Amino acid sequence: MTPAAFRTPEIGEDTPELRARLHAIWATEPGWKGWFTTVDHKEIGIRYIITAFVLLALGGIEALVIRLQLAGPDLNLLTPEQYNEFFSTHGMTMIFLYASPVLSGFSNYLWPLLLGSRDMAFPRLNAFSYWVYLAAALFLYAGFLTGNGANDGWFNYVPYAERQYNPGLNQDFYALGMVLLGISTTVGAANFIVTAFKMRAPGMSINRMPILIWGTLTASVANLVVVPAVSLAFFLLWLDRQFGTSFFQTSGGGQPLLWQHLFWIFGHPWVYAIVLPAMGMASDGLPVFCRRPLVGYSLVALSTVATMILGFGVWVHHMFATGLPGLSLSFFSGASIVITVPSAVAIFAWLATIWTGRPVMTTAFLFFASMILLFVIGGVSGFMTASVPVDWQLTDTYFVVAHLHYVLVGINVFPVVGATYFWFPKMFGRMMDERLGRWNFWTMFLGFNLGFLPMHLTGLFGMPRRVWTYPAGMGWSTLNMITTIGSFVFAIGVLLFFVNVARSLRSGAKAPADPWGGPTLEWAVPSPPAPYNFTVIPTIASRHPLWEEALDESRGRSSIARGMMLDHGKETVTTTPLDAEPDRIVEMPEDSWAPFLLAAALGVLFFALLLKAWAAIALGALLVLAALVMWLWPQRRLLEREPAHG
Amino acid sequence: MAELVLARPGKLPVGPVGRHGVGQWGVGALIASEAALFAYLLFSYYYTGASALPGWLLEPTPKMWPALPNTLLLLASSVVAWLGEKGVERGNRAQALVGLLSAFAMGAVFAGVQVYEWAEKPYRIGTSSYASLYFATTGFHMAHVVAGLIILAMLALWVALDFFSPRRRIVVSAGVLYWHFVDAVWLFVFATYYLTPYLGFAR
Repeated sequence: MTPAAFRTPEIGEDTPELRARLHAIWATEPGWKGWFTTVDHKEIGIRYIITAFVLLALGGIEALVIRLQLAGPDLNLLTPEQYNEFFSTHGMTMIFLYASPVLSGFSNYLWPLLLGSRDMAFPRLNAFSYWVYLAAALFLYAGFLTGNGANDGWFNYVPYAERQYNPGLNQDFYALGMVLLGISTTVGAANFIVTAFKMRAPGMSINRMPILIWGTLTASVANLVVVPAVSLAFFLLWLDRQFGTSFFQTSGGGQPLLWQHLFWIFGHPWVYAIVLPAMGMASDGLPVFCRRPLVGYSLVALSTVATMILGFGVWVHHMFATGLPGLSLSFFSGASIVITVPSAVAIFAWLATIWTGRPVMTTAFLFFASMILLFVIGGVSGFMTASVPVDWQLTDTYFVVAHLHYVLVGINVFPVVGATYFWFPKMFGRMMDERLGRWNFWTMFLGFNLGFLPMHLTGLFGMPRRVWTYPAGMGWSTLNMITTIGSFVFAIGVLLFFVNVARSLRSGAKAPADPWGGPTLEWAVPSPPAPYNFTVIPTIASRHPLWEEALDESRGRSSIARGMMLDHGKETVTTTPLDAEPDRIVEMPEDSWAPFLLAAALGVLFFALLLKAWAAIALGALLVLAALVMWLWPQRRLLEREPAHG
Repeated sequence: MAELVLARPGKLPVGPVGRHGVGQWGVGALIASEAALFAYLLFSYYYTGASALPGWLLEPTPKMWPALPNTLLLLASSVVAWLGEKGVERGNRAQALVGLLSAFAMGAVFAGVQVYEWAEKPYRIGTSSYASLYFATTGFHMAHVVAGLIILAMLALWVALDFFSPRRRIVVSAGVLYWHFVDAVWLFVFATYYLTPYLGFAR
């Protein structure tokens, strides 16, 4: 059978017969084979989230060990070398292996449901980005578990990281692991960008996208162009260490500051990449519990983009103390101060939403709302260090540690836990326990602030970061003990969260399709959704398709139960980038071994590179090539080949 | 009175048609990311060079032979690859094969000349930061040339197997677009390492 090159999509109703037909087309084969080959964005999203939470727990345990070592003066729980590995691995885990992947997980799961599509633009690439993430996490932790973990802090400055000062395999594990992880982040970013521009339901013009889409899209554009900077930096470091090059070696005319530039050209946009999607979650979640639309949608969407544009121009504020020319410092200081404006726009939009709404105090609401407070505290301490003279006082002290934890825990962990309470019913068809949720929230909130608010003082009193221990009589002992107690209370709060998830999975109350009365498309489909997401492709007439009767914003009403059926195969529709007019019927790929095999081949290749085992490197490269050819071989079913030919 | 809005599109293309399709966007994203990688490589050169001591440039007057003709050869291979793509577009399999295989041959000669240039250099990758940057940047480009050559070879194989038609040919367009990128980015590498010393950079 030759599929026609052009077709008029048939319009139909959401019927049980159509559902059964689509189910047969879209469902992943059960059993281990389906587990390795699935390209369903919902399955991949949940795997991302679970893996990221496991790494959050590991990074958290490392943090607790660090806090025990610092609980009092002159303690010897860890040796200085072990301490270096613990705090570096803690930072690496939380920033690279938890904070970004967990947001990718939520976005992977939610995007097609929010957009009214049946999957992401590139489902196999989606599976691949998960497998490579898993491979990179295993690679990096293989280093840690064999005593070869990262040990120069998560931003890994040269010359400490060079071989003459750090002869073990630690930095080679870190360098190659980060290059591997960069592949996952980059392909994931490309997938999000194309999905946002091509996979929206008809009628979802660009000014009708949920804010989470704006957040992840903006973060993905940034990741696409800044991740190569850090991958390159780590690759050059590996060459310096293993092949005697002089990129960062002053003895060969190299430039140690080049490391810092490449790292922070990536690093600072990355900070926004790991908070903007989480801010998007709050922007979409808060209004549901305030029973009104978000105040200032357009301003919030534009300030999301503005934050990232400015975010490309602030990296040198991490390098104020390196002796760069004053004019350059002034420019970056100015940009770092200006960037508070778009952040403040979001804050005031959330406050106005709560102020003018009728808040329902659910656990999810508490997490989203508390983020506002934590964001203000972390934002103000960031604003302070944006000033060069203040930064000269505070850099490399615990003040900066307190600041970055308010930002990353406040604007990533809190909204992510809130998002779990909010979307868990959609994912698993069960509600999370609200009573345990309150305990969970208050323990985390009080523990976090008890631990990290006093840490600002620890920094102001001059305690440098990264020190293994400190003598008594410096005035730091009591504050450190309070921080240690707070961090354990916070950890108990996170544990309560995991307990709630585990209990609710087994015995939570059954969730209806729309437990919270939400406005967006994911609440229009059953909990959990069918493999094909939408029986018919919806048409969108407003920003809040499920609130149209209540809001009466426009004459038109979105069509959810009637639309294009697209049941000739594994099909969905793509639309134009701005207006979301239908422009193509696309065949989606079946489940495939190629993503797993390519990721496994890359894993072989990177372990071979680590050991400089040339035969294994050649084998790994051949496996990568074979997996790529298998993946890209033109398929008739995907209409990459002419069926009449060949 | 509110009314239901329902998208009722007319005839839509099914799957990729010509060079248009979702895959085109994917290759665009890949190229954007790769272009960023080369931007950081060249930034590393300019930053290190601008802050280096005099004498950093190991080649203050780079030789144009054989680099300049080699550059022109690579550019010409882009035109030839484009002619091959046109062959697929017109359903002319002979033109397609000649175009893709000639582009492959020209790219292979470029790579060979580049290896010869490397061997002729009086310095090695560990000699100094200039040498490290030179070999890393041209090495990264070489890796992209090799990837591009494999792509051209696969495209030629698939054309030989008669996979494509004027309608279903997005794979060819995507592969050739990547080859154009490999050639275009070389201009920036060439300008940086071979031309800017004459403009006085880092001398």
